[in-house]
Amino acid sequence: MLEINNLKSRVGDSDILRGLSLSVNAGEVHAIMGPNGSGKSTLAQVIAGHEDYVVTGGDVQYQGKDLLDLKPEERAREGIFLGFQYPVEIPGVNNAYLLKAAVNAKRKHQGLGEVDAFEFLKLAREKMAALGMDPKFLNRGVNEGFSGGEKKRNEILQMAMLEPSLAILDETDSGLDIDALKAVAQGVNTLRGPDRAIILITHYQRLLDYIEPDFVHVLSEGRIIRSGDKTLALELEEKGYEWVREAASA
Amino acid sequence: MTSENIESIVNRRYEHGFVTDIETESLPPGLDEGVVRAISARKNEPEFMLEWRLQAYRQWLEMAEPEWAHLHYPPVKFNEISYYAAPKSDADRPKSLDEVDPKLLETYDKLGIPLHERARLAGVAVDAVFDSVSVATTFKDKLSEAGVIFCSFSEAVREHPELVKKYLGSVVPRRDNFYAALNSAVFSDGSFVYIPKGVRCPMELSTYFRINAANTGQFERTLIIADEGSHVSYLEGCTAPMRDENQLHAAVVELVALEGAEIKYSTVQNWYPGDENGVGGIYNFVTKRGDCRGANSKISWTQVETGSAITWKYPSCLLRGENSVGEFYSVAVANNMQQADTGTKMIHIGANTSSTIVSKGISAGKAQNAYRGLVKVMPQAHGARNHTQCDSLLIGKECGAHTFPYMEIKNPSARIEHEATTSKISADQLFYCRQRGISEEDAVNMIVNGFCKEVFKELPMEFAVEAQALLNVSLEGAVG
Ligand SMILES: Nc1ncnc2c1ncn2[C@@H]1O[C@H](COP(=O)(O)OP(=O)(O)O)[C@@H](O)[C@H]1O
Ligand SMILES: [Mg+2]
Repeated sequence: MLEINNLKSRVGDSDILRGLSLSVNAGEVHAIMGPNGSGKSTLAQVIAGHEDYVVTGGDVQYQGKDLLDLKPEERAREGIFLGFQYPVEIPGVNNAYLLKAAVNAKRKHQGLGEVDAFEFLKLAREKMAALGMDPKFLNRGVNEGFSGGEKKRNEILQMAMLEPSLAILDETDSGLDIDALKAVAQGVNTLRGPDRAIILITHYQRLLDYIEPDFVHVLSEGRIIRSGDKTLALELEEKGYEWVREAASA
Repeated sequence: MTSENIESIVNRRYEHGFVTDIETESLPPGLDEGVVRAISARKNEPEFMLEWRLQAYRQWLEMAEPEWAHLHYPPVKFNEISYYAAPKSDADRPKSLDEVDPKLLETYDKLGIPLHERARLAGVAVDAVFDSVSVATTFKDKLSEAGVIFCSFSEAVREHPELVKKYLGSVVPRRDNFYAALNSAVFSDGSFVYIPKGVRCPMELSTYFRINAANTGQFERTLIIADEGSHVSYLEGCTAPMRDENQLHAAVVELVALEGAEIKYSTVQNWYPGDENGVGGIYNFVTKRGDCRGANSKISWTQVETGSAITWKYPSCLLRGENSVGEFYSVAVANNMQQADTGTKMIHIGANTSSTIVSKGISAGKAQNAYRGLVKVMPQAHGARNHTQCDSLLIGKECGAHTFPYMEIKNPSARIEHEATTSKISADQLFYCRQRGISEEDAVNMIVNGFCKEVFKELPMEFAVEAQALLNVSLEGAVG
């Protein structure tokens, strides 16, 4: 599904990703962990196509296409979803309106008809109930005045509605109380399936108690320095990142 | 269709339609008393109207053209303007929509303009637009049943001189300002509305107006009188782009609301703004004022301003009657090299008068957008209230927004609230939308429409949709 090969990327004057390679197949869940500033969000933004993150080397294949050739909206319509670490507020734009526009943009791209307001609302209410979200969030401005936890749930709602092939969740678990964390995990587990892949960016083992990853990678200074199965996350929790770094440079 | 049929339709247009019945040639450029007399003569005006024009002309001569700090434009050469242009003859017009510029038709499509209105808007010769003529006739019948007078200004001068004499200039005096004086001297035509006591006008005057007033000329004059307890909603303008060879437009609109009456006046202004470099484009200098003359009356202005190279207008309310209410809802868009200077004046004179101002300014490209508002509370206006909300949205780095709220409060019991915000469409917001599969242009439209929501909801329903589409078209290419 996703093949990242020796990817290098720069923000402003600094090189952030310095030759990152990662292969993700359909049906897999990958967790990416690593200290603050190691480049986790940068990787997510590069995959999503943010233009502040300049690719200076390497290539990325997504479902057999050259991903870096596509505009951000094209990537999204092709099934890539990024749950943002800091979802932006868009005051005045109705949450339901944005969500419906997003769903229809994707359907149009797939040659499907638009969903009408009735179908849309029915589906949105179902998904919200499953996430423990009050339906009144549909009528608020996008993330406008939402608490941290509400913003993250809203990201998961969007993901649930868009049913992406590749979902990247950037620290969706940070700052969540246990109920919210469970709701998020349930949203992700519902999405999980043989045709989809999920990349979880996280700091904490906590999330992985609820979403069991197939692979765990440690990112440091713009490279993946270690990969393993779910036991690597437990080991990290116990021994810290320093341990991997030392092991890697040894 | 037989030629007889066509002829009867053509004639019906002159009978019931809303067109000036002048077929003489244009006057040569320049302005003097002779020109004023000639305009009046060609319209077969009664003596009182000529006198009124002449006085306005003499007053205009003594006035100086205003200078505005935030507007920049080359001086208007008043002696090179032709003050009376003959209407275009049918021979010069396209014979059917097939002959109309496809670009224009594409825009109608984007704006969702109903099919039966397109031909008229595009200036297709009359025999091809029989549909809308018959529609207009039906409207006219319905209105006269209710006792509503709705006709061209020229017709009102001849048919209802007592009403014109009583109310013309009673809200905007001839010498109110330079452009109002000029308009008073040379006004071409416009509309006249009278709603009798206790009558609720049976329809939006928008529909009727839109299919009738394609060519009202550069010095438009409108007078609307709502008698006691009556109600009217009037819509001026059109979302379709209006091109005009006349660079200067100086309209005057006067509204009078007597006791318990309500006037809702909505404007969609989309004159040609000039190209990206600011070449061409209309100078739109308008004086609009409503007089809440009676107790418990209400005047509400709603405007969506997207066109013109320069817009200068401040629809205002004189709140004389006790408990009278003034409202101003505005969306002003300035893109490329456009300059907009708009706002309102709420003058509280009567006790317990209240006013609401909601202004949404959008600037893109290199445009400058200024809100200029005055809230004035006179000493006798006990218990006056005003709420002002003034928001600016910037798209890109080269545009500007300016807010000038003036207040003159002479009664200590007044309650005045003012809120102002300035926001930018951020790159992060756009990226967020794009990551959800929404194109950048759609994202901008979505954010802009969200920003304007409060104003759009004041527009007549079917027009709100068109206004939204209009905004999208006006901001095309504003990003990236
Ligand atoms: N938009 C940006 N502008 C400048 N520097 C940035 C930007 N985004 C990230 N960086 C820098 O890139 C490095 C990696 O950041 P990031 O990818 O956010 O790390 P992580 O998500 O792993 O904490 C940090 O040093 C950060 O300061
Ligand atoms: Mg991060």
